[in-house]
Amino acid sequence: MMMLSNNLNTYLILGVFLLIAGIYGLIQHKSFIGMLVSTELVLNGAGVNFMAFNRFLAPDPAVGQVITLFIMGIAAAEAAIVVSFILAVFRRYQSIDPNEVKELQG
Amino acid sequence: MTFYQTIAEGLFFAFILLVILGSILTIRTKILMHTVLGLAVAFLGTAGIYFYLGSMFLTLMQILIYVGAICIVLVFGIMVGYTPTEVADKTLKDWRNKFLAISSAVTAFLLLMACVLKTDWVPALGEMRDFSITHLGEEFLYTFCLAFELISIVLLVAIVGSIILARGGREDEYETIEHLRSAKGNYPNDDAQ
Repeated sequence: MMMLSNNLNTYLILGVFLLIAGIYGLIQHKSFIGMLVSTELVLNGAGVNFMAFNRFLAPDPAVGQVITLFIMGIAAAEAAIVVSFILAVFRRYQSIDPNEVKELQG
Repeated sequence: MTFYQTIAEGLFFAFILLVILGSILTIRTKILMHTVLGLAVAFLGTAGIYFYLGSMFLTLMQILIYVGAICIVLVFGIMVGYTPTEVADKTLKDWRNKFLAISSAVTAFLLLMACVLKTDWVPALGEMRDFSITHLGEEFLYTFCLAFELISIVLLVAIVGSIILARGGREDEYETIEHLRSAKGNYPNDDAQ
């Protein structure tokens, strides 16, 4: 029996699942925090993909780890920025529903 | 397959189950605190997946950065900005959103699954299997030195910028509060309304 934990496709399908869960949540959530959380899921799926290719295909197994750590740093910076945006928007509109923040809609 | 391999495989399935259940909790629940809880569960499962991919260091970093830092930041955002009056209403707009979400997710799923299953993945020649932290640190400080420094600058700018953004407009608010207090009023709702 083939071991699933030693198969590249298992990890790639898990990354695809995280990506589509993030896309679904990004469109379906009705608050800015929900959308931010879904974005984190997408970034996490990218990290899983990088680590899978790093483990099975890459010639040097440190490169994928380095890039996954970069993704983590970018995600942390993005979360800090977006949470402060949410605070500013909440102070201005008393709401974090993206349907109510329409001033730039045109 | 020996006994220990069976146990390892079972743990692998448990981690995958954690990721899937956490993601579903994240995208399906209406309560924001449960959303962040599901995110933390999915991140813990991903940390286990990283362990199976051979990197103990990234497992620890995943738990430290994602579960320990980002989820806490999100919880703070919810505590400051959450309005519990939001009620899930089944309007037409809700159905339109759900339709858009499901259709785009299914399209992306089919395209990416076709890519994953149809491609013949070929490993690179001359593989070296050095997963140690020593090698990782050398890569960080020699090959990826510029990117490493840039990431630290990006983090610094992001944190300082978020402090400035979150502090903006507070002087007005203090003035309004003082003004209303002297007039024996309530807490101001918002001067924009």
